[in-house]
Amino acid sequence: MITREEFRSIAGNGIWKQNTSIAQILGLCPLLAVTTNAVNGIMLSLATILVMALSNVAVASLRNLIPHEIRIPVFILIVAALVTVVDLLFNANLHELYLVLGIFIPLIVTNCIVLARVEAFAAKNPPLQSTLDGVFMGVGMLWTLALLGGMRELLGSGTLFGGIDMVFPSLQPIQLLPESYPGFLLALLPPGAFILLGCMIAWKNWMDARAAERAKLKPPAPVAAAGCH
Amino acid sequence: MFAPAPFLLKDTSVSQVMTQVCIALVPGIAAYAWLVGPAILVQLVIATLAALLAETAMLRIQKKPLTIFLSDGSAVVTAWLIALTFPPLAPWWLVVIGTLFAIVVAKHLYGGLGQNPFNPAMVAFAVCIVSFPALMSQWPSVGLQLPLLDQINVILGLAPRVDALSSATPLDAMKTALKLGEGTQDVPALLANQDIYGNFAGRGWEWVAIGYLLGGLWMWQRKLITWHVPVSFIGAMTLLSGGLWLVNPAQYASPLFHLLSGGAMLGAFFIATDPVSGCTTPRGKLIFGAGAGLLAYIIRVFGGYPDGVAFAVLLMNLCAPVIDLLTQPRIFGMKNAGKGDKA
Repeated sequence: MITREEFRSIAGNGIWKQNTSIAQILGLCPLLAVTTNAVNGIMLSLATILVMALSNVAVASLRNLIPHEIRIPVFILIVAALVTVVDLLFNANLHELYLVLGIFIPLIVTNCIVLARVEAFAAKNPPLQSTLDGVFMGVGMLWTLALLGGMRELLGSGTLFGGIDMVFPSLQPIQLLPESYPGFLLALLPPGAFILLGCMIAWKNWMDARAAERAKLKPPAPVAAAGCH
Repeated sequence: MFAPAPFLLKDTSVSQVMTQVCIALVPGIAAYAWLVGPAILVQLVIATLAALLAETAMLRIQKKPLTIFLSDGSAVVTAWLIALTFPPLAPWWLVVIGTLFAIVVAKHLYGGLGQNPFNPAMVAFAVCIVSFPALMSQWPSVGLQLPLLDQINVILGLAPRVDALSSATPLDAMKTALKLGEGTQDVPALLANQDIYGNFAGRGWEWVAIGYLLGGLWMWQRKLITWHVPVSFIGAMTLLSGGLWLVNPAQYASPLFHLLSGGAMLGAFFIATDPVSGCTTPRGKLIFGAGAGLLAYIIRVFGGYPDGVAFAVLLMNLCAPVIDLLTQPRIFGMKNAGKGDKA
């Protein structure tokens, strides 16, 4: 079914190496608009994970039946159908959050991450691997959006997990900074998202450069080739 | 730079240039201190300390030599421009945040001295007016003479911010009055009846602007700046404001009012002339200055912010590389401008 190495490679690619937000820099439109707090970022990522897992498994199962020439319209049809399901789910069960996330839930269908994974991975790999790829790509998006949303929220209004009561009515946002904190409005505006995203990308590149330097010092370990491309 | 040899050699280092820019700011600062009291000197000290600290930290992280870069004075000029554009009684942390943003993000994250595409001081102003619009629009009212200790208390947040500390600038007051009046107010009456206005523009502020003008002329005489940017900045602003003023003097203030209000003089001589973030070709400098002057007028008169110089300069900073590319001077011996010998 799936080897340990394959699983590792898929998970590592999704969470760190090919992270959608800080390595592939895809899907910036929802990223900038939605991450004004951590909860919104997490919930949009969860919706995207659902869509990506389902669309990847659907496309992977049908990959031998879809004519190559019209594959993109077929992919989009599949993704659109799944997004409609998720959209209705959010509307029915998390209505207040649905109003906050607004247009960005239906817009998952145009999110280049979803189509990118379907085209680059699911169209060429079996269903199990494709499902995992969708989930881990989504998890990579989840932690970056949560981190970005949390930083913007903390700098912008001094709270953490604002709007959590829309998901779990019993929980309240955490006021981390004193009430008198004036709020750094720039962090909540799109330029603030760009600046902080830039810092996160710089941080990833720095970590990678450091890891590469360490690997150079160590004797090379036997490399297991488990490419997903 | 664009003349044939022979050249006179002059040994000018960055620190000498920056020292002279600081000297050129002194007349304006003196008028400012006379107008609002010693608070501005306190802000200059706070901004300078914050800038030097941020510069030291960023140099340490990049493992660059401290003494060379710290003593070049560029951080001090940025700090002074920030202190001069922020409200004089702004809380200390506002000035510190602006300065840190200017040095860390606008200067060092883009590569340090000489690499920044945007003017750091104007980035600080834009960030703070977008993030803290209320605090950035509170200027002390005219004739308010608080003793030094009271001013320091206000800056450090130990004393409450009373109403007298939170007036609008003359420019902002004029715009608000005209907007609220919906045609019933006219400029000459406002200028004559309200005591925030002096002979030409805001009472007292006009002398600060003239101080900057004198400092700017001295910098031009010392060949620290060329005439292109200030002349085109002031010329474009005069043309646009003068045109509107001639058409409808009841609703548009005179060019003199606009030139001596807000950051126009500081912008024309000290900010738009920044050699790093501005244009370098002579024709480019003319376009840069004219664009900044026009945008500053449009933003301050028709826009929502009290003054437009910061946004105008930042917008023109964005255009500077393209303007430079399109205005390359003709290379000696070549037919076409800037094409070199690649043809």
